[in-house]
Amino acid sequence: MRITEEDLEALSIGAAILGTGGGGDPLIGKWMAQQAIREHGPVELISLDEVENHDVVFPVAMMGAPTVFLEKVPAGEEGYVAVRRMERHLGKSVTALCPIECGGMNSMIPFVVAARMGLPVVDGDGMGRAFPELQMETFHILGVSGTPACIADEWGNVVLFETVDNFRLESFARACTVKMGGYSHLVDYPMTGEQVKNTAVRGTVTMGIQLGRAVQAAHRNHSNPVEAVLAATRDTIYGHGIALFRGKVVDISRRTSDGFAVGQAHLQGFEEDAGKAMVIDFQNENLIAKVDGQVVASVPDLITLLDPDTGHAITNERLRYGQRVVAIGIPTPEMMRSEAALTVWGPKHFGYDIPFVPLEQAYPAFYQQAGVPNEKEKYLVQSSDASR
Amino acid sequence: MTYRLGIDVGGTNTDVVLLDKENRVIAKTKTAVTSDIVTGIRAGVGRVLEQSGVDGAQISHAMLGTTQVTNAIIERRELNDVAIVRLGAPATRAVKPLAGWPDDLRARYAEYSWIVGGGHEFDGREIASLDEAEIRSIAESVKGKVQAVAITGVFSPVNTDHEERAAGIFREVLGEEIPISLSYQLGSVGLLERENATVLNAAVSSVAKRATMSFQQALADLGVHAALYLAQNDGTLMSVEYALLYPILTIACGPTNSMRGAAYLTGLKNAIVVDVGGTSTDVGVLVNGFPRESFVAVDVGGVRTNFRMPDLYSIGLGGGSRVTESEVGIEVGPKSVGYRIVEEGRAFGGDTTTFTDIVVALGKATVGTHAVQLPTDFAQRAYDIAMAKTAEAIDRMKTSAEPVPLILVGGGSVLLPSELEGASEVHRPENFDVANAIGAAIAQVSGRVDRIFAMDQKSREEVLEEAKSIAIAEAIRAGAEASTIEIVEIEEIPIAYLPGNAVRIKVTVAGTLATYNFGSKVGAYANH
Repeated sequence: MRITEEDLEALSIGAAILGTGGGGDPLIGKWMAQQAIREHGPVELISLDEVENHDVVFPVAMMGAPTVFLEKVPAGEEGYVAVRRMERHLGKSVTALCPIECGGMNSMIPFVVAARMGLPVVDGDGMGRAFPELQMETFHILGVSGTPACIADEWGNVVLFETVDNFRLESFARACTVKMGGYSHLVDYPMTGEQVKNTAVRGTVTMGIQLGRAVQAAHRNHSNPVEAVLAATRDTIYGHGIALFRGKVVDISRRTSDGFAVGQAHLQGFEEDAGKAMVIDFQNENLIAKVDGQVVASVPDLITLLDPDTGHAITNERLRYGQRVVAIGIPTPEMMRSEAALTVWGPKHFGYDIPFVPLEQAYPAFYQQAGVPNEKEKYLVQSSDASR
Repeated sequence: MTYRLGIDVGGTNTDVVLLDKENRVIAKTKTAVTSDIVTGIRAGVGRVLEQSGVDGAQISHAMLGTTQVTNAIIERRELNDVAIVRLGAPATRAVKPLAGWPDDLRARYAEYSWIVGGGHEFDGREIASLDEAEIRSIAESVKGKVQAVAITGVFSPVNTDHEERAAGIFREVLGEEIPISLSYQLGSVGLLERENATVLNAAVSSVAKRATMSFQQALADLGVHAALYLAQNDGTLMSVEYALLYPILTIACGPTNSMRGAAYLTGLKNAIVVDVGGTSTDVGVLVNGFPRESFVAVDVGGVRTNFRMPDLYSIGLGGGSRVTESEVGIEVGPKSVGYRIVEEGRAFGGDTTTFTDIVVALGKATVGTHAVQLPTDFAQRAYDIAMAKTAEAIDRMKTSAEPVPLILVGGGSVLLPSELEGASEVHRPENFDVANAIGAAIAQVSGRVDRIFAMDQKSREEVLEEAKSIAIAEAIRAGAEASTIEIVEIEEIPIAYLPGNAVRIKVTVAGTLATYNFGSKVGAYANH
C-alpha cells in the first residue's frame, strides 16, 4: 500500500485512539511526515508477510517530552542521521523501517525517515498501542536486544548505546535525551526480517488508518463515530472493541511522578450508565478502568476515551471537567498477553495489585455474540465454564 | 463630571453605552451594523450623547470591542504581505511555517518565509547563536516588498533575547516604522500555533491601524477626545499604542465583554453566564470575575492559533431559532431567522415558528406585536427540548456538581425561565441587553505570563514571585495603575519527561486604568 498525505490524516486520528490517552498528540508528527512525503514522495507500507528473512529492519521513534516537541519542532534529519549511524555500526544497509509504537505521535516518525530514504515501512510495531518505556516492546519480551541503539539530535550529535539489558538502555537513553534538549530520535532493536516477523504485532499501522477512516466516513455520512470506531476493530487481530461506559468527567487529578503524568479521571454515568461511576487510573496512558469499584478493563488491553460527537480520542492532558466521553475498551492482540509480557506491562508492573483480566472474560456475553479472533477462543470457553 | 463610552461591534448590532463616573448606565443604544462600521459607531455614539445631553468633551475614556480584525482575516481583506522569520535552525525545519494553513493564504505567504539559526531550549540555553548576518540579508531582500514582519523564536516565552535582537536588525534595515510582531507577546509554548498567531498579527497590522484611526476620527467628529482603548479576548483592555502592536488580540472579544458585563452588573465573580442571542446561546464560566479560558486551539479564518479564548459552549438556540416538526420529531434550531425575526416571527406577524413564538404561546414571556396561537402540546414539547439543551450546556460548563449562580444576558434571555436545572439562583441584571458594551466600558488592564520554570534551583515561592512580577510589569506596560493590580489566576501544570521538576506556570493579573492625562494623546495616531 502506498501511503500518501491523505492516509496520514486518517492515521493521525486512529493513532490517537491507539494512544490510549497518552502517546503524544500525532498532529506535529503528521505535519512532519506530510512535509517529508511532499518533498520526497509517498512511502510503501509492506505487510509482515512481504518482509524477507534477510531484510535489515530498524525501528525508529522519538523519545522524550511531548511538551518540548510542541515547541522545538524537529529538524527532520535526526532519524535519518541515527539510521545511517546504525548502518555504519552494524556494517549493514537497512532495507525497511518500522514503528516501535503505533499509538500517538510515534506512529508518524517512521514515515518521516522512510520518505527521506526511499525505504518501505513495515506494517507492525512493538506494542499495538502506546507505552512509556523502551523495554515495553514485544521485541524485548521475545528476546531481541534493544542495543545497539542510537539517539540523535537536530545538530547531528549521535549517542550509541551498548547495554547489558534493555532496562539500562531505557535509563541511559532517557538521561541523554534530557541533555539533547528534552527529546531525541531513536533507533533501537535493530533486527533481521525474520526477527521482525516473529516479534512484531502485525497490521497495527493499517489498524490505525482503518480506525481513522471509520471516523472520517462517519463524519461524512453523519453516522455515529463511536459505533464506527468499534465496528472498525472487528476482524482485526485485536478483536471487537466495546463501549465500556458513557459518562461525564466529574473530577480529574494529575501530578508528575518520576517524569510520568500520573492521575485519575472520575466519570459519572449517563444514559444506560446513569447512577454508575467510572474511575480511570493513568500513568501517561490509561491503565485501569473500574465501574463502581469493579475492574472492567486493565492494561495491556486498550482503554481510550472518545468524544461522543466526533469519535476523536481525548488525551489525558486535554481531559477536563464536564466533558462527555465514551470510554471504550479494545482487547490487546494475544501476543501482548503472555506471562512474560504481563510481567513487563501487566497491572502489577504499574503498581496495581490486581490480576490482568482480559476484556473477553470481563464481558463474556458481548464476546460470545461478537466473536473473537481464533487465538482468543480460549477465553470464551473458560468464561462459559466459570458460569456453569 | 466625566463619562466613559463602551462600544461593542457585533455581527448584527453595534451597542453603545454611556456610563458615568460611578459606572451607572446613563444612556444606551443598539443600531444595526453598517457595512462601513464607523458610520454605525458614529450614529450610536451620537444617539447616546443626544439622549443624555452629555457634551462629547466630557467623555474621558472610550472602549471599543470590535470584530473588524477577525473579519479582515476571514474575508482576506486588506492583509499585509509579511516577512515570516522563524528562529530555530537547525531544529524545527521538519515543519515549515504555514503548515496546515488554507491553500490560498499559504500560497500568498510562502514566498517570504525563512527558518534561520537561533532560538532556545526549554531551559533557556541557546539552540544556536542568532544568525544575524542572515537576518540582515533577509531584511535587505524584503525591502519594499512586505509591509510587516513576524518573528517567532523557539522557546521565546522562556527567553525573549533572540526575538528582540532580530527585531532590532529589521528596524535598522527597514526603518523604525515597520510593524514587527514578536511571538512571545502573543502566546505560550507551542511553536506552530504561536507562529501562526504572530503571522496573522503582522498581516492585520495595517487594517487595524486604519480601523483605529477612523474610529478615533469618528469620535473626534462628535467632539469626543477621549483616551481610546480596545477590548481583548481575555476580557481586559489594551491602550491604542499596544493594540496597534498586537491587534490580533482583539479577536473574539465580544463573548468575553458580555461575560465581564454580566459580572459587573450582578457583582458576582464566580458564576455561569448564559448569553442568548438571535441564533445561538453561549454559555461561559466566570472565575474570579474573568471568563475561564479554553484549552483547545482556536481556528481563525482556517488558521490554527493558540489564542487566549474564553471557554464557551455554544448551542444553536436563540430567539430566532426555527421550530419544525417532521417524522424525526420536533426540532428547535440550529436553523434561525436571525435578525429577520422582527418580520418573519409569528409574534411579529410573520408565519415562521421560532423559539420566541413558543415561549410567547405558552405565556412565559411577552415579546412582539402579535398574539401567538400554537397547539399547547406542541409548544410544550418544543419548549422542553429547548430547556433540555440549555440545561445540558450549563451542566457541561460547570466546574463541580454543586448548583452555581447563573446570570442571563443578551437580548434573547427574556425567553429563559427564572429557574434552571443546575442553577442555585438565576440573575437577570438591569441593562442585560447591552452587557457586552458595558463589559467593554468597565474592563480592566491585564498582564500575563505563561512559561516553563525549573523548580530545582529555586523554591516554589521564589518561582511564583518571579512569574507574578513579570505579569505585573506587563500590566503596567499595557496601561494599568500599579497600586490597583491584583492576581486574577495562577495555574501550575507539571510537565512529563523533564528534569528539575519543570512546571508550566501561568499567571494573570489585572488592574484599573492608570489616570488618563487629558488631551496629551488626542489625535496622535490620526496624524500618521
